[in-house]
Amino acid sequence: MSAVIENHHDDHHHGPAKGLTRWLYTTNHKDIGTLYLWFSFAMFLIGGAMAMIIRAELFQPGMQIVEPEFYNQMITLHGLIMIFGGVMPAFVGLANWLVPMMIGAPDMALPRMNNLSFWILPFAFFILLSSLFMEGGAPNFGWTFYAPLSTTYAPPSVTFFIFSVHIMGASSIMGAINVIVTIMNMRAPGMDLMKMPLFVWSWLITAYLLIAVMPVLAGAVTMMLMDIHFGTSFFNAAGGGDPVLFQHIFWFFGHPEVYIMILPAFGIVSHIIETFSRKQLFGYSSMVWAMLSIAILSFVVWAHHMFTVGMPLAAELFFMWATMLIAVPTGVKVFNWIATMFRGSITFETPMLFACAFVVLFTLGGFSGLMLAITPADFQYHDTYFVVAHFHYVLVPGAIFSIMAAVYYWIPKWSGNMYDERLGKLHFWLSFIGVNVTFFPQHFIGLAGMPRRYPDYALQFADWNMVSTVGAFLFGISQVFFLFIVIKTVMGGKKATDQVWEGARGLEWTVASPAPYHTFGTPPKVD
Amino acid sequence: MNNKGKTSVKFLGMTVIAMFFFSFALVPLYNVFCEVTGINGKVFQSENSQEFMAEEGRDVAVQFISSNNERMPWIFQPSNEVMGVVTGKYYNATFYVKNTTNKVMTAQAVPSIAPSNAAAHLKKLECFCFEQQELAPGEEALLPVKFLISNELPKQIKNVILSYTIFDITDYNQENLAHLEMQVEKY
Repeated sequence: MSAVIENHHDDHHHGPAKGLTRWLYTTNHKDIGTLYLWFSFAMFLIGGAMAMIIRAELFQPGMQIVEPEFYNQMITLHGLIMIFGGVMPAFVGLANWLVPMMIGAPDMALPRMNNLSFWILPFAFFILLSSLFMEGGAPNFGWTFYAPLSTTYAPPSVTFFIFSVHIMGASSIMGAINVIVTIMNMRAPGMDLMKMPLFVWSWLITAYLLIAVMPVLAGAVTMMLMDIHFGTSFFNAAGGGDPVLFQHIFWFFGHPEVYIMILPAFGIVSHIIETFSRKQLFGYSSMVWAMLSIAILSFVVWAHHMFTVGMPLAAELFFMWATMLIAVPTGVKVFNWIATMFRGSITFETPMLFACAFVVLFTLGGFSGLMLAITPADFQYHDTYFVVAHFHYVLVPGAIFSIMAAVYYWIPKWSGNMYDERLGKLHFWLSFIGVNVTFFPQHFIGLAGMPRRYPDYALQFADWNMVSTVGAFLFGISQVFFLFIVIKTVMGGKKATDQVWEGARGLEWTVASPAPYHTFGTPPKVD
Repeated sequence: MNNKGKTSVKFLGMTVIAMFFFSFALVPLYNVFCEVTGINGKVFQSENSQEFMAEEGRDVAVQFISSNNERMPWIFQPSNEVMGVVTGKYYNATFYVKNTTNKVMTAQAVPSIAPSNAAAHLKKLECFCFEQQELAPGEEALLPVKFLISNELPKQIKNVILSYTIFDITDYNQENLAHLEMQVEKY
């Protein structure tokens, strides 16, 4: 009997299984983290290719490359794939890799569910992408899938879209439950809540947001399904329903969703700025409270996405002020990052460059968000390219730059190899220039009145659209370059030390590089 | 996994289910909110709206006065001199007219309402003054007017006078009328 137990014990310390089944059956948080990250990279490139089609069509006024129907499918799938396939799985992947190592836990709390939550994702996106080849084409109603465009006037493939959103939601919910249970129950002895690394804090809050709003998204698409197939009239005015109700339900999910996509970025950037400033983070507890305030406020601002639907004045005022209130905790965070850098011994390695660009450009996106929050002004900006510029500024140099920063920062720990610093910096500058050339002109054409989601535009918008397209292709190509850098680093390179970065703190830097397959079998002591 | 972990999983699972049903609860919540605040243009109480209008109505006396332009020989007089009406409802009144001459004549009635601030609230759905009357020698007729006094009639007005003056326009054929209009424009 005891021999059996010993054998089992020995197995536990073996490395990963060989071959494809290692990835199919794995319950190891590092393997699943890697799967998530590669999956999100693949989706990032697919969604990016769609963005290239969009920008190529908009290079000049008039219809050149695609049909308007196909253009609508591209904008819809680009949004859905980047949000649900790119940014969110990338953050879940980072959480899988980092949360257990940062809190000194041997693995995630629910490893089998972890496997399931990853492996249903490829099917969700297979279903979504397969709708491109169906009769009537892929979903064409924009990523916000407003009823009745997505119900009464939707292509037949909308049912596949609904099913794929259900699967994505189930995956996110399982991932979120896993993160919360891990953080709440598996911290190393001595690690109080207020001693947790900020990335862990940011993910704890994000996971609660996911738990609260992903079921609401599931409810919204279920109502759509019932309207389309079972004769209900949730969103059909002819049957006593209300299409505006859809917008309320959607944005009740949608606004917390945008913080789901930025809170983990706050955590990542806090770590990187702290490390490369070689100082302790300024205002740790205010950072935690700021994230909590942002998360709570995110539930009472949703209608600022729909100021123009005809709300009573009192509601418009409420949502305007509540939205502007979010600028306060966000301002606290930006101030803390700058104060951390102040009089630090800063070096600008690639992760720090991305983090600094994040602080500047995310703040810029926040400012255009404040402009959009002003109700009377929003009537002018609503559904123009100004909105496109705003949310791409917070998502691309915001969320995506933070993910790239995280990859450069932690890849020596994951792979054991240092990336090529020259190539990393080159990638940063190409991305930085590309993103600004792409999206900054969109502010101008938006303020001048160019509406979003049209494949053609009036002649006066031609010059800036051309500039924007040039920037988009520069940004797109530099991400293929990023793929090359990542593969090169994984294949080999200068060996990384255990601490990797001179100023790095935290439990993940105490284990070997590359991180062994199993870490913290016995919990570390934290004081 | 320890018991604390199982409790967390149960709690989070219940939260997920609760939030799913909450999304459906948003539907009646939204309807109640719209009903209470009266926004969104939804009609919730259509059966009550008629009672609401009837309550607003009040009694007003309408006097009918007729007069002839100086060269008009016809007999022209209201069937009833005064009529009690309720605001917000339609009423019919008639005027008696007779061509007392031995030739075919055409007449046009022009209305006038007193007091002047009642004029905007007296609405004529149908009126003989909208068209011309042509009567053969000795012919007589009852000319109808269908009207309503709206609920917005100022409170202090209890008495409305609707008067008609009848004009002989037999000699004014279309050419003459056009000629007259041109002369008017000159001045």
